[in-house]
Amino acid sequence: MFSGFMTNTWVVATVVAALAGVVGFFVVLRGSAFPAHAIPNGAFAGAAAANLLGLNALLGLGVFAVFAALGIGTLGRRGRHDVVTALALVLMLALGALFLSRSTEYEPAIYALLFGEVLGVSTTELLPVAFLAVVCIAAIVFMYRPLTLSSVVPEIAEARGVRSHRMEIAFLVVLAVATAMTVPVVGALLIFSLMIGPPAAARSFTDRPPVAIILSMAIALATVWAAIASSYASNWPIGFFVGTMSAFAYGIGRAWAAWRRSRRPATRL
Amino acid sequence: MTDRSQPVTANEPDVLRVEGVTVALGGRTILEDVAFAIAPGSFTGLIGSNGAGKTTLLRVILGLQRPGRGRVVVAGDAGNRRNRSIGYVPQKVLLDPDMPMRARDLIGLGLDGHRFGIPMPSKTRTSLVDEMLAAVDAERFANARVGILSGGEQQRVLIAHALISRPRLLLLDEPLANLDLRSGQEIIGLLHRIATEHHIAVLLSAHEMNPLLPVMDRVVYLAGGRAAAGTTDEVIRTEVLSGLYGHPVEVLHIHDRVLVIAGPGYPDAARLAAEGAGIELG
Repeated sequence: MFSGFMTNTWVVATVVAALAGVVGFFVVLRGSAFPAHAIPNGAFAGAAAANLLGLNALLGLGVFAVFAALGIGTLGRRGRHDVVTALALVLMLALGALFLSRSTEYEPAIYALLFGEVLGVSTTELLPVAFLAVVCIAAIVFMYRPLTLSSVVPEIAEARGVRSHRMEIAFLVVLAVATAMTVPVVGALLIFSLMIGPPAAARSFTDRPPVAIILSMAIALATVWAAIASSYASNWPIGFFVGTMSAFAYGIGRAWAAWRRSRRPATRL
Repeated sequence: MTDRSQPVTANEPDVLRVEGVTVALGGRTILEDVAFAIAPGSFTGLIGSNGAGKTTLLRVILGLQRPGRGRVVVAGDAGNRRNRSIGYVPQKVLLDPDMPMRARDLIGLGLDGHRFGIPMPSKTRTSLVDEMLAAVDAERFANARVGILSGGEQQRVLIAHALISRPRLLLLDEPLANLDLRSGQEIIGLLHRIATEHHIAVLLSAHEMNPLLPVMDRVVYLAGGRAAAGTTDEVIRTEVLSGLYGHPVEVLHIHDRVLVIAGPGYPDAARLAAEGAGIELG
């Protein structure tokens, strides 16, 4: 399980999980679950396009994801970009269908892009993934305060000179970059679960934003590690394990919160 | 109860001056030549029915809406950075009950939430937050999640959030709209205390002026985009308001309440009545 060809997988999965935990905290805080679903699912079409043109898959994913993010951010108003998000998703899936039909690529490679592939990481992909992860986390650290303010009380943020719309676009671009690099590992359909499950679970365990971010990272890491080990041992798809374990973590969080409430009845509602 | 004496601010320059502000949106004139000034530490009510232009005027003051004519000067600054001197509490804030953020965290964000980077915990920061919690009487729920607090409690947290950056002017958009009578009275008492003790001018919008009568130093009455400003005795008069509405209205004093009553045929009388600002006569 830890032999040579698996090392890359462990390293990349660790980077991906840490990043998904941090970015996911803001996805959940801002209620951006739909863009977090649409961007990776649409972006896989970019990988298909890159494949068709003989380019790097990460490049194709990145270009598609960033364009989708810019489109959603520019055309959608805050809090109401569901229609634009859906159309971006539909458009990219349509392109994806075309590219795939033109592609001579063997089916398992496409399957890996959608559902993830434990062995799908090559050494040449390591460096760009690590680099982009550092860039994304640095961007989140830099934006932390105004992004939090504009997520929680957008009207006040606006009055204090924080441009909510610019924050939105900047965040969606970070989301897109994070997405592009995570898709090859856990797959387009399931990066979504890694960005929602762990941060949503973390909210049940703490009332403090910084602690929630660290917990979110920890839960994402535990999920991905356990999923790789289970996938390796059982030969079942890693996506299955990431999805079910994320949901399970959330379930535990809710149960914990309910148990805590019952022990220490809230004085107010 | 009806003490409306001016605060002692004779030599201090006004903290807010609105000078001949006119705003037209989509061909409709929302505000027309609105002018008034606010002295430091004073309490001003911005009174008007829905659609009178209250929110537009607040947006102009905050620098979020550029006036077609006129200008706004806050603490001597007419430029883009003037909103640094303003603490703002918006009307409708939806806080997710599942959000991992305590009342004290949200108040801390008021200190430096607009700056880039991550907040560094420090003794100064904590003691400043504690001070604000005490100022708005919110120590009881300091460590509770903001999303599960009641409307009145959230209002206190948002006021503390606005106060912590030490503004010269506190701007509140309809803070009483979603509160019951008692919570509303408590918030008014708190704001009055902030104005007098901390010497921060308060400007708050409301469609019902009666709860504010005991504490208002001045009133800015908006109707049809035009404003009349002064003490309540100067403004809430039959002649002044009739001129403002462009229609005969009558001001009645019943015990310590004021009723503004529209004369027959006023097109918006139903709305005036529905909001409790007045009833139609005849």
